[in-house]
Amino acid sequence: MGVKLFYDPGSRTVLAELSGDIDHFTSKSLREPIDAEILARIPLRLILDLTGVSFMDSSGIGLIIGRYKLMNDLGGSITAVCPSPETAKLLELGGINRICRIVATARDASFIGGMKI
Amino acid sequence: MKDRILNEMTLRFPSLAENERFARLAVSGFVSSLDPALDELSEIKTAVSEGVTNCIVHAYRDTVGIITMQVRILEGQRIYIRIKDTGCGISDIAAARTPLWTSAPDEERAGLGFAIMESFTDRLSVRSRPGGGTTVTMLRTLRTRKAANEDRNKKV
Repeated sequence: MGVKLFYDPGSRTVLAELSGDIDHFTSKSLREPIDAEILARIPLRLILDLTGVSFMDSSGIGLIIGRYKLMNDLGGSITAVCPSPETAKLLELGGINRICRIVATARDASFIGGMKI
Repeated sequence: MKDRILNEMTLRFPSLAENERFARLAVSGFVSSLDPALDELSEIKTAVSEGVTNCIVHAYRDTVGIITMQVRILEGQRIYIRIKDTGCGISDIAAARTPLWTSAPDEERAGLGFAIMESFTDRLSVRSRPGGGTTVTMLRTLRTRKAANEDRNKKV
């Protein structure tokens, strides 16, 4: 439960593997390490891997929007990969597809930045 | 009579953020006797999470108060959920229910709480007055198991 961070210098990509429930209670502890990694690396791309996310509410939408703003300020982009069908529905409801590329499967995602996901 | 109550529970708990998960799991466990489909259960949990988070983030901002959550199973696979606080209340309910509107833009609140509760239930009602707390009630009818299975087969 939480977040694991990886950095690929070749593609200047930060990968954040999120797991467990994302709600108002947990989102703060996810936000801080992701932002610290982004500010340390100044990547071109942030990939949020949602494979391990068991639950998400609007706090997860807030988390993605906040990271989008940060990446946008730095001239980078954000991608969300492997949401569960339930999470995908929530992302759609929150209009996340307008600011963030959403990739449905790990097979598609594995091409991103040449990183293994 | 359609509104006959088949089962009922009431929980009272303090507005601590760690209770968001507890509230979701409690509702999930209580309605499990109806054998809801995975997507329905997930939507109910999300709606409850939004309702309880509103109490914690907004109603009892900078303080801790009591949240009362009542869940009823009604005849016809219907679930009634009431989430009540005695916190600060909402002065403009219409604004609060507007998607993307939030009173806490600095805290990465998406302003989607009521919009999500509305989309994931069949009926949402909000009663509130400034200083007098807020009561949110939601009604959701579950598909029968047979219909849920048919929907699932269609998708595959």
